[in-house]
Amino acid sequence: MSRFADLFMGMLGAAPKKPEVVSERVQTIMFRKYEDKDRYIKEKTHARDHHLVSHKWRNRRWAVLLAVNLLFVFSFWLDIQILEGALTASRFVGFHLIDLNSALQVMLAHKHIIVNLFIGTFTVFLIWVLLGGRTFCSWVCPYHLLAEWAEALHLKLVEKKLVTDHEFHRGTRTVFWLLFALLAIVTGYTVFETLSPTGILSRALIYGPGLALGWVGLLLVFEIVYSRRAWCRYVCPIGLTYGAVGALSPLRVSFHVEHCFHEGDCRKVCLVPHVLDVTVKGRASEESMSLGPDCTRCGLCVDVCPTGALRYEVKGLSQLL
Amino acid sequence: MNAPVEKPKKPAMSLEKAAKARRKFLQSVGLTGGVVGLSLLGYIPVLSASAQRLRPPGALNESDFLSSCIKCGQCVQVCPVQAIKLGDMVDGFGVGVPHIDPRQQACDFSCDAVQCILACPTGSLTYKKPPFLNIREGALLAAAPILKAKENDPEPTLNLKERIGVARLARPSACLAVQGKGFKGQARGAGFAGKMRYMDVDRWKPIPIAEHPYDLPLCDLCVRECPVKGAIELRPFVVADGTSRMQPVVLEPCVGCGVCEMVCPAEPAAIVVDAQATWHGEVALAPAPAVTPKEPS
Repeated sequence: MSRFADLFMGMLGAAPKKPEVVSERVQTIMFRKYEDKDRYIKEKTHARDHHLVSHKWRNRRWAVLLAVNLLFVFSFWLDIQILEGALTASRFVGFHLIDLNSALQVMLAHKHIIVNLFIGTFTVFLIWVLLGGRTFCSWVCPYHLLAEWAEALHLKLVEKKLVTDHEFHRGTRTVFWLLFALLAIVTGYTVFETLSPTGILSRALIYGPGLALGWVGLLLVFEIVYSRRAWCRYVCPIGLTYGAVGALSPLRVSFHVEHCFHEGDCRKVCLVPHVLDVTVKGRASEESMSLGPDCTRCGLCVDVCPTGALRYEVKGLSQLL
Repeated sequence: MNAPVEKPKKPAMSLEKAAKARRKFLQSVGLTGGVVGLSLLGYIPVLSASAQRLRPPGALNESDFLSSCIKCGQCVQVCPVQAIKLGDMVDGFGVGVPHIDPRQQACDFSCDAVQCILACPTGSLTYKKPPFLNIREGALLAAAPILKAKENDPEPTLNLKERIGVARLARPSACLAVQGKGFKGQARGAGFAGKMRYMDVDRWKPIPIAEHPYDLPLCDLCVRECPVKGAIELRPFVVADGTSRMQPVVLEPCVGCGVCEMVCPAEPAAIVVDAQATWHGEVALAPAPAVTPKEPS
């Protein structure tokens, strides 16, 4: 199967595969890297020492996430009317924008599409095809931010051996996607929206808090004490919808095996570590590889990588940047 | 005895690893069951709803409305009197779906154009229902409602085809008009936050009802403040002691906006809107039976 198909199956839950063919160029690189062990270790230590630990991309991302959500809030509160509505559907200075997963649920439940719904969905579809599907998750979704903080707490508790992470099968999310689509068709209700923390949080921010926040709180507690980032990793069909939409996106994080010491810092911070399987020694088949559709382009790996082996890349524009 | 069938050899997996994989699988099944189960709890409020919610003007029939609404609240944002509120977890599948609580804040059409319909991105609120969607009997208005506030405009009507409910004199004994009483003061007291557009104050700026006190020899607030022309009138009737009194009678043009319920000074309101009700003809209090001289026994 092609690498693209492998990555897509990986998003649906398949375990990453070892490459069948490794390009000659990569073979040479790997050979050179490990030719002289002393030099390898020296270079590695050198890179670590000179790594300025920064949260550049995380901070930028948090700023964007907060800005987008506050723009929703202030558009209503201060009546500045720039971005009206909530994350499920809105108008940006009059142009319809509609969340792809919400639109899908409504179309499946109601079985009728009006023009505005189509226009809004198509606009948003184009935006995320360009910006990379799951970019929505880490750069826009308000639950993602809360879940990141819950994750930090979870990792602290794990470190103190107070809790352990329980991993579920990643394919669970695909099952959820299918089940929620089926439920929408069969029941005629947008069943998923009842539980979606993205919609609940967005509305709570804009229109004021409600009981539904209790559910979001429960989810966060579950993630803190039982399973790291459970909702985003194993449940949320929004992530899968956007992942599929961004599968061919030119904006991606790419991996350059030449600079990698295969230490795995990136996989430890990643929401979807299976996309970083290429960073395992012997898994890269090409000199430069993009991380695939499940990557949320959050940039935590870019920040943490001491050697710059992981970078943001815009396909076709990389030479210009 | 049959020879044991040779199974194709699986890659060797330690017992521990197999147990771990099985546990992971079962936990994943448990998670799936749990979350889907929880999401289906949304059925409970929908199926057990004893009282229907009053939906914004132009709303599709309830089940279509719940399925087509994308829960974005754009209707909430455009309403000049903030009549529209979004449902919470207790509304099940109605979480994030707009409704109006008319006693707190009714829709008085002070936007003139039913802007909530205009704002709706999915057609959940619609000026014109697509032909394949059913119109309930008695929901269709006989004519486009004429807005009293726009009566002298070139286009006095409201772009609304179906009613969202029908008003009903639920507690006639509490009605001041039925009692023959007048009303003086703030319709709902000083602390009431509800707003309304008063044409004699400002056509484009709704003000709190509390800032617009009344002095009426006979209470006719529901008739006086009804935004729709000919939707309600005071009609005389005869009470038991033979005196003539007035009662509000709801007429066919009633769209169910709920302004009558909001302004009614009785507590609880004497007149209420039955959400999602349809028109079944006029209902008036029966005149008291004429006092007939008793037959000598």
